[in-house]
Amino acid sequence: MDLYEYQARDLFEKYGVPVLPGIVADTPEEVRAAAEKLGGVVVVKAQVKTGGRGKAGGVKVAKNPDEAEAAARDILGLDIKGHVVKRVMVAGGARIAQEFYFSVLLDRANRSYLSLTSVEGGMEIEQLAVEKPEALARVEVDPGTGITPEKAREIAKAANFPAELVDKVADVFVKLYDVYKSEDATLVEVNPLILDEDGNIIALDGKVSLDENAGFRHANHALLEDKAAADPLEAKAKELDLNYVKLDGEVGIIGNGAGLVMSTLDVVAYAGENHGNVKPANFLDIGGGASAEVMANGLSIILGDPQVRAVFVNVFGGITACDQVAKGIVGALAELGSAANKPLVVRLDGNNVVEGRRILEEAAHPLVTLADNMDQGADKAAELANAA
Amino acid sequence: MTIFLNKASKVIVQGITGGEGSKHTARMLAAGTQVVGGVNARKAGTTVLHDDTDGNPVELPVFASVSEAIEQTGADVSIAFVPPAYTKDAVLEAIDAEIPLLVIITEGVPVQDSAEFWAYAKEQGGKTRIIGPNCPGIISPGESLVGITPANITGKGPIGLVSKSGTLTYQMMYELRDLGFSTAIGIGGDPVIGTTHIDALAAFEADPETKAIVMIGEIGGDAEERAADFIKANVTKPVVGYVAGFTAPEGKTMGHAGAIVSGSAGTAQAKKEALEAVGVKVGKTPSETAKLLREVYAALGA
Repeated sequence: MDLYEYQARDLFEKYGVPVLPGIVADTPEEVRAAAEKLGGVVVVKAQVKTGGRGKAGGVKVAKNPDEAEAAARDILGLDIKGHVVKRVMVAGGARIAQEFYFSVLLDRANRSYLSLTSVEGGMEIEQLAVEKPEALARVEVDPGTGITPEKAREIAKAANFPAELVDKVADVFVKLYDVYKSEDATLVEVNPLILDEDGNIIALDGKVSLDENAGFRHANHALLEDKAAADPLEAKAKELDLNYVKLDGEVGIIGNGAGLVMSTLDVVAYAGENHGNVKPANFLDIGGGASAEVMANGLSIILGDPQVRAVFVNVFGGITACDQVAKGIVGALAELGSAANKPLVVRLDGNNVVEGRRILEEAAHPLVTLADNMDQGADKAAELANAA
Repeated sequence: MTIFLNKASKVIVQGITGGEGSKHTARMLAAGTQVVGGVNARKAGTTVLHDDTDGNPVELPVFASVSEAIEQTGADVSIAFVPPAYTKDAVLEAIDAEIPLLVIITEGVPVQDSAEFWAYAKEQGGKTRIIGPNCPGIISPGESLVGITPANITGKGPIGLVSKSGTLTYQMMYELRDLGFSTAIGIGGDPVIGTTHIDALAAFEADPETKAIVMIGEIGGDAEERAADFIKANVTKPVVGYVAGFTAPEGKTMGHAGAIVSGSAGTAQAKKEALEAVGVKVGKTPSETAKLLREVYAALGA
């Protein structure tokens, strides 16, 4: 889960990372009030989970509350790379002497942590890595020991911080690692980290990604979720404990196992090329234990998507045998009654497939078509979606 | 031969008294696996009752720790069915006991926990091979099953399979059920895992009975790209590949914690191109991948 800048700022503050005062606001009037409260020069910053806000006009300096309110009118409602700005943060102004870059992140390839640091901040890190790789210090961080004060000084020196700043920035690195570790983050990035004209190191902008698998030990993380921004079907699926991702297509997909469902999306997309370019409408993994209830929940989510015109159920019976899955489908259709109103193509393979198919044939539900294999099922579902 | 697991492997179950642990202990025994006991500190000294592959009752002892279980039974494999919150401790215990092979089935392990136990395993000199977490485990058909893969999809044969995904593993075993498999390993879909595609490829290359290899990947990370480099330099046996997630949009996690396209990194297209660049044939669908495997296998004249 990616956090908004203001949420990252709040987390930084909690762990003693130096930040500027910031107040979130959803209307120009609130922005004015915030600017009055902060006093002096402020910066009005769009809160969106994407980069390039500055270039898109999402960050504006305001010398007084009037200017802040005017800036808010420009920024609120702005579309930045498909993200509409609904909230801004009004932050205190800083007198920047120098800009730096720091991040600590999960390094998948090395199954370890990595810190990236540069004394040349302000630039997008991807750009810096390409244009000036020598200016980016990459230092591995051992997950067992983390960033100790000693390690932090090693990082600062590797990035060529001037001697008089090493201890100062190292102290901030240790605190940022504390955020990373204590909050189960997979990324903590500060860009820019600045030195102001009074000699203070300040985290001016932050990006934090949290590990959703660690949610069980962080009750506060659920509160950071932006429920309003989530797709309503995704939100409903989450309540039902379903692994669902809304996509932009016409063929609803239900399968078991993440890999098989991803593969099903691909096969349906290929089949769609022959059927009016219909595409998969969603990712939905109902997992190993496909009970009637889980199947009914899954179907109700998919049938609730007005874009869906046909559904492809693709199940490989493993631990849960095909007869159980077939009973689940029949039960789900009975439970949904007239709410089940779109054609369903079902492909079953694996354990007890003969019995599974027999159950579906015997039920002879008018909406259900049986497919012999995955490719044929995908083709049929695409054809039905295109014809509907 | 098989890799990592064979009929002589003696297996203990961490979490043998739990729901999942109990259910799959029964299934593993039915598949012919030599399950010799389990671990649960709170139930140490008790036993659990199951049936063996012939339907005869077996009474399995429950031990207080992995090291005690190894001492008493000579176990050389452990499988963990432990809730995410306790997985790290269970893994550290198994590493301390220097169990040669540890399979972690648990889904939803915090990635920092995985990074920590991996660092710990490395520090201990890599005496414990870890498979998983968030994986279906490993099966050497006809010899032993340590995991949750259905044991009856297919039998022993010349194909080696390594996959990030559980059900795609089953699907591919099913597609190629007439040929059979030496060993099929599900390495798991988490960002940090123990055994990698490369580890499995190296072992299959060294196994004389494995004649051809299927490698299944999915979006996220660069493991498939690194596997391609490894294949180019080290693998002489034919390899065919499949990558799931061509239609996955950027920034959305597709079921597995590790399955996410971030920016230009981790796309299925990039992985396919990397594999094809080193001569690995990549199928567009599971069925096409199976067809490609049949072709390269037939070309061996075996």
